[in-house]
Amino acid sequence: MTDLALGKSLPADRAQLMRWLQDYGVYAGVTALLLFNVVFTENFVSGENFRTQAVQVAPVLIVALGMALAIGSEGVDLSVGSVMALATSLVSLYLGYGPWLALIAAIIGGMVCGLLSGSLIAYIGVQPIVATLALMVGCRGLANVFLPQLETVRDDTMATLGTGDILGIPYLALIAAALAALVAFTVKRTTFGRQLLAIGDSRPAAQLAGLPVRRVLIMVYVCSGALAAIAGFLATARLQASDPTSLGNLMELSAITAVVVGGTPLSGGRVRIGGTVAGAILIQLLTATLIKHDLPSSATQIAQAVVIVLAVYAARERGKQ
Amino acid sequence: MTAPAEVLAVRGLTKRFPGVLALDSVDFTARAGEVHALVGENGAGKSTLIKVLTGVYHPDEGDLTYRGEPAAFATPLAAQAAGISTIYQEVNLIPLMSVARNLFMDREPKNRLGLIDFRRMHTEATRILRDYGVGVDVRRPLRDLGVGAQQMVALARAVSVDARVVIMDEPTSSLEPREVQTLFGVIRRLREQGIAVVYVSHRMEELYAICDAVTVLRDGRLVHTGPLADTDRLTLVSLMLGRELGEVRAEGMTKFTGDHETGTEPVLRAEHLTRRHELHDISLTIRPGEVVGLGGLLGSGRTETAKAIAGALPLGSGKVTVAGAPVRTGSTPAAIRAGISLLPEDRKSEGIVPGLSVRENIALAALPQMSRFGLVSEAAIDKVVETFMKRLQIKASGPHQKVGELSGGNQQKVLLARWLAMQPKVLLLDEPTRGIDVGAKAEVQKLIDELAEDGLGVLLISSDVEELIEGSDRVVVLRDGAVVGELTGDDVTEDRLLQAIAAAAEEAADTTEAVTP
Repeated sequence: MTDLALGKSLPADRAQLMRWLQDYGVYAGVTALLLFNVVFTENFVSGENFRTQAVQVAPVLIVALGMALAIGSEGVDLSVGSVMALATSLVSLYLGYGPWLALIAAIIGGMVCGLLSGSLIAYIGVQPIVATLALMVGCRGLANVFLPQLETVRDDTMATLGTGDILGIPYLALIAAALAALVAFTVKRTTFGRQLLAIGDSRPAAQLAGLPVRRVLIMVYVCSGALAAIAGFLATARLQASDPTSLGNLMELSAITAVVVGGTPLSGGRVRIGGTVAGAILIQLLTATLIKHDLPSSATQIAQAVVIVLAVYAARERGKQ
Repeated sequence: MTAPAEVLAVRGLTKRFPGVLALDSVDFTARAGEVHALVGENGAGKSTLIKVLTGVYHPDEGDLTYRGEPAAFATPLAAQAAGISTIYQEVNLIPLMSVARNLFMDREPKNRLGLIDFRRMHTEATRILRDYGVGVDVRRPLRDLGVGAQQMVALARAVSVDARVVIMDEPTSSLEPREVQTLFGVIRRLREQGIAVVYVSHRMEELYAICDAVTVLRDGRLVHTGPLADTDRLTLVSLMLGRELGEVRAEGMTKFTGDHETGTEPVLRAEHLTRRHELHDISLTIRPGEVVGLGGLLGSGRTETAKAIAGALPLGSGKVTVAGAPVRTGSTPAAIRAGISLLPEDRKSEGIVPGLSVRENIALAALPQMSRFGLVSEAAIDKVVETFMKRLQIKASGPHQKVGELSGGNQQKVLLARWLAMQPKVLLLDEPTRGIDVGAKAEVQKLIDELAEDGLGVLLISSDVEELIEGSDRVVVLRDGAVVGELTGDDVTEDRLLQAIAAAAEEAADTTEAVTP
């Protein structure tokens, strides 16, 4: 009898639980992992460890910001990892003119890639997954043409950026935080951000409302390309080496994971920057936790898979309502 | 002569969907060797009836008899296996497969090894298709054929599966006149073979050219059934639209107050709008403060005309001017900048952005005006949103409620607010009150009136004859994508409108018959 009563009251509760899980689950996950580590992991609560985690998560996080925009527009950007590689090769090429010019060259390279994939999507109507897949393959090749093998990068400014800190907070983390704030502001407060959400939610309606659909879509991929290029520059600075063959490999998948786990639905119309940041941190902490407890990296991958499935499940439950 | 045998019949058929009674105790009979027209406006229940007949839907009440025995088709496949074939508006074949394989799908001729005997299949396919006026290389993929030829392949396939009943849902909507004649030839042959044909179409002249009997549905109810020869065009149109001939109303039921003071110079001038297969040289003008109705049956080109004016449909040729200034056609932003606003017919998928809030939806089109250097001014939006939520009496839990959660009437008001925030000169309203409840309907009608009084030019499209007549100062009548009449002054009455629509059909039928001996 009690079982029956429970069964009746469950659906409403479950729907609410799922909604809560989608909205705040990622923050709860991060909190839970932090607490777990504070209690069970040796040497977790140390400035050094926090710095390591922050430096490792920064590039993924920056790439994920652009990915969140692409996914919010009902698209996806698979080229981000290759754009990072292209950026690192450009940095290596232009470092002779100073680190800042190298950075600008990298960003322009990333924006051109975004312009290309965005134009394919907006004007020719190529599916985002296909257009950016083409760029993903092409950019990696181009990066290898620019820089055929790994080269070390010796530059004091870049070394400071990549490894230094201010008041104990690494520059990389600060830059990532600033970019996250900038993108969040763009989504919330600019016409571009509002139009992006409307296009992602209902493209026919946005079109009939006279929105500059093509321009907005191209802008999305240009932003994503620029952010990936910045991430590529920062990763180069941290590693103090340019490796166009392996830098950014599988980065697109990590970025999508962060966005999805952060509660941005793949169906578009919503961009959650806070959630994306937390999603990137969650994956980073999960990996760190398992490694610190001497589990093999295969366990990390399986754990990531479980988190992704949970996130998508929560999103699906909401879609059904 | 005895009546031909009943092949497929339903009695007292009722089908409910959440909140809607789609079919209310409908009777329908298809007889051997008879072409039976099934007509009615949007939402009349034609599609539902067809879907019940073909096993897609299961009736809530009523009996289905097939070849003299009670029957119930669990799936479309079961109906097909029993001999009921359906040809839909959209061709339901596989574009990348060869013509022959499409024709013989699932029953390809096999050789001794159980493999497909391609040679025999190709000879057979060529022979069959020749009868349908399709002379193509049957080895080519289906998508290489024109839409008309594809339709013929679909038809040939449907008939060659040993069909007893063939249901055609607007088979001519994408056919050229010559192909229509071929289709009619095929239908006549089916009739001779004793096959029952159910023919759904909005084109009057086709019905009178090919059909023997007619059944009219309206709002899910059967309103008429009988031999087509006993029903003249005017009667048929009035049955479809639900208006009695000579019915005079002393007082209107709608909220429209009557005629408006109108300016003399047109605010909108559309000239010679032409688009292949859809619009043929359509010209119309709207003066400030005038409500111009666009009349005609479904598929007459009303929606396309509105979309073309709003830049949402590329044109072959034609010109649109607003207050004397030419507007680039085929561009929604250009039309909107010029002051043209369109409330689309398909509110849910082309109007609202369901996941965004009431506030965001209202502000959507006017965002650039309410921002500086690309930064949105929340204060400016709040002001506009507050003004229009109050003025249009939008009922929502607040400006931050998702639009997708509102009732149809309130969604429509949100869309109106979105456009009014742009201070348009011309409002194109495509079925503004469809699917919204009575109270909200009256409010929207009152609003249209007020907007016209404020000097806007309004184009009103409505399948509700009463709304069209009482709301409009002038009615332009369309048929098959062309202007066929205009009602002005005292002629703006239901009778005149029905006559204009029916007369237009009559004229067209005369010309069609002249071509077909």
